[in-house]
This record gives sequence, structure tokens and C-alpha cells, in this order.
Amino acid sequence: MTEALPQFTLVRPETLDDALIALQATPDAALSAGGTDLIVRLRKSLVGSDTLIDLTGIKAMNSIDPNENGLRIGAGVTLDQIEHSDLIAQTYPAVVKAAASVAGPSHRQVATLGGNLCLDTRCVYLNQSHWWRKANDFCLKYQGDTCHVAPKGNRCRAAFSGDLAPALLVHDAEVEIAGPTGFRREPLGDLYVEDGATHLTLEPGEILVAVNLPASIRTSDYEKIRVRKTVDFPLAGVAVACDTSQEPPRLWVAVTGTNSRPFLLDPPDDPMLSPADEAFFIALQKQVQKAVSPQRTTMIAPHYRRLSVAALAVRLARRIL
Amino acid sequence: MKRIVSLKINGKTVDDVVPDNSLLMDFLRDKQGLTGTKKGCDGGECGACTVLINGHPRLACITLTASCEDQKIETIEGQSKSGRLSALQRAFHENLGAQCGFCTPGMIMAAEALLRKTPNPDIDQIKTALGGNLCRCTGYTKIIKSVQAAAMSGARQ
Repeated sequence: MTEALPQFTLVRPETLDDALIALQATPDAALSAGGTDLIVRLRKSLVGSDTLIDLTGIKAMNSIDPNENGLRIGAGVTLDQIEHSDLIAQTYPAVVKAAASVAGPSHRQVATLGGNLCLDTRCVYLNQSHWWRKANDFCLKYQGDTCHVAPKGNRCRAAFSGDLAPALLVHDAEVEIAGPTGFRREPLGDLYVEDGATHLTLEPGEILVAVNLPASIRTSDYEKIRVRKTVDFPLAGVAVACDTSQEPPRLWVAVTGTNSRPFLLDPPDDPMLSPADEAFFIALQKQVQKAVSPQRTTMIAPHYRRLSVAALAVRLARRIL
Repeated sequence: MKRIVSLKINGKTVDDVVPDNSLLMDFLRDKQGLTGTKKGCDGGECGACTVLINGHPRLACITLTASCEDQKIETIEGQSKSGRLSALQRAFHENLGAQCGFCTPGMIMAAEALLRKTPNPDIDQIKTALGGNLCRCTGYTKIIKSVQAAAMSGARQ
């Protein structure tokens, strides 16, 4: 059952300063870009805000710019632009592959990098209509007080399902954040915490404006599992990057879809293990299985997702090393 | 809040007052009477509401009308010219690409966007371009065949 959009006021600033001022004036406003996820959540009464600040008119956030340190990608750049960017494909192939795997082609026309990085967490008990959630006494993330996934726990287990984050994590991306007091930069990993209810560390009044990627000699790749080959959010996704100029080659692995945040995990650090050995891949598989904590947030069993994400990591590592 | 928006729908300029929370799909169907754009899942998952905005495929059910200011919108109603079917419409008709027909407007608009950019797509490109469109009759084989036939007809408008 679908519901009409609630009443809201749409604000369409043309500069970042205007957007920051609008956000100061209405601190609970929802930031909107492509709206491919936000509009759906609005219809399901999952957004507690009566103001939408549409960031798509801010030209300064819409470009891909190479610089002496690497590449700066504006948060307003669409996934379609990333998918077709030779500049990104040359140096950061996992990022292009991740962008091309998001939703369907019509979503990617408008869905943005910033939107994918700030994507809200998802859960089978949350992404339902209002009447469904009401009949279930809502949940810990929104309007309720119990997490139906882990009723004895005290935090929300909803899973982060953005595809771009792991691909950017294996390339040491940093995010650029604008706020009332100016700009700040931090590693992308610090944008997230392991709490499905408040997984982003953005402070009130702050806007993610760009991602900075350092120059890279790493090769990289991304894959995910899902039921339907397009449109579906990932049940689990893995990005790997490899620097073959080092001996032994160094591997970076990042995952999404299994926890409330995307994260980088350490590759097997036993100095006796070389990527040339089968034992390395067995160790990697065990390590990924141990690091992730998929919960009953999707229709697919957590155990299957745990096994799959580890298998994906090994498959990608074999391909890339 | 309400605002005046000016859009171009199937070549015709339309000025109207719309509330901020108006969805393009409701605007097209209820205010413009263009009911060819179908309301399927109503949540951006099925592609039945696919229209072209500035030539790119977009989902009308998750697009705010207010965000379409000054944009060119094309719906299935804009496909036939002077009562003649477009190449894609004819190909879908001749190759049995439509079964119940509900997904067809979205399929044709998504295919139209593809053929404008890639006039001779291979099968994988067709599958990728139609990836966001569901057919509950599961008539995908004939749909893909229809798009191939339209591409081969070379008489696309």
C-alpha cells in the first residue's frame, strides 16, 4: 500500500552558503539531491521533517576536478556521471563499478555520490508502510522503542546499503564537509559509526560537499550480491584494492550491507602468508566472516550473507592479486 | 507551499500552479490527463512510470514536479506523431512485446532513451537499459526482441 507525500516546503538554494543558511534556519530539514531514496521514505512517513532542501541547484557541488593531490568529486555528481567518467575509471575502477551497480539506469540519472554516501540505513522492519510499522509498534530506529531484529539489544541494527562507500574506502577517500563554522576534512571511514539509528557523524547544520581521492596506483574492483540483478539494494557488497608494486602485494578490503556502517578491514597480517598461497585466501575468508555482523535486517538469512560476503572478498582478491 | 512551474510536456509548454509535494506522476496523470504513464509499485522499483526528462529516462513516481521547472518531459503519449505509431510502438505491436500492456509505456520510454544514445544496441545493452523495468507477465524475451526490431527498422523518428 502506498501513501501520498506529506506536506512539506521545498527550498532550492543556488549556492552552498544559501543552503547552509537554510539549514541553520530549519535544523531538522531533510537534505535532498536525486530523491530516489528520500521520496520513497517520505511516502512511508519515515522522514520527520517538513522542509526539504534541494541541493541540486548548487553548481559548485556538481563537478569532477583533478588536482595535484588526486581527484575531487562533488557530492552532487550523479552516479550516471561517475559510471561514464573515464577520469575516474582510469584510476579508481571500483568506484565506477560500484556506481554502475546502484539501482537502475533511471535512478542513476539523478542519484548522487553524496546521497549514496549519506544513504539511510535499511531494515526489513523499517522500510515498510506506516500502517505496517504501526501494527508492529514501530521500531527502535523510528517512533518505537524496540529493535525487532535484536529485541534484547539497545541499539538499532539497520544495515547501511550504499555501494560507493566501500569502493571509496579502499582508495583512502576523504570527505569534505561544510558547516556553520567552515569546512573540515576527514577520512571517509570517520563519517560512519556502528549504530543504525544515527550512523552518520555529520553534526547539525553540516553538509557533505565533496569526496577527495588521493592519487593511486592501486587496482580495484567491486561486487555485490542481491536477489534481483538491478534496483535491489545490496545484501552485501565488497570492494578490494591492491598495490602490486609492493612485495608482497598489499590488499585493502571494505564491505557494505552487512553492518550499520561500511568499513575497511585488515587483510590477513600474518607475515608468513603470501597472496600466492592458498592459505592466504583461506585466512582472508575467515577474517571477513569474523569481521562482519549481518543481522535479520533483510529477507535473506544472516548466515548466508556472512558466507557470501567472505566468498565475494576471496573471489575479488584472487582476481586482482 | 505552492509555486508556478513551467514545463514542456511532449513539445507543449505547460504553466501550472503545483504544491511542493506534487509528484510528477500525479501531475501528469491527474492534472494533465496523460494516463499513459502508469502507476505501478509507486516506489521507484518497477519502471512503469518511466518518462524522459531532457531525453534521459526518469521515474515519475519519485520525481517532484517542482524540480522539473523548465525541463522537457516526454511521455508515451508523445511517441506517436499524427496518429502514426513510433518505430518502437510498432515493433512492440508486431513482435508481441506487450502482453497485458501495463509495463509497456515504461518499457518503450526506457528503450527510446537507449536507442537515441545507442541506435544499434547489443542484447546486454538492452538488458541494462531496461534493467529498472519489471514485466509481471514476464514477457522479457519478446520485449528485447521488440527493441532489437525497432533498432533494426532504421526508421525511428
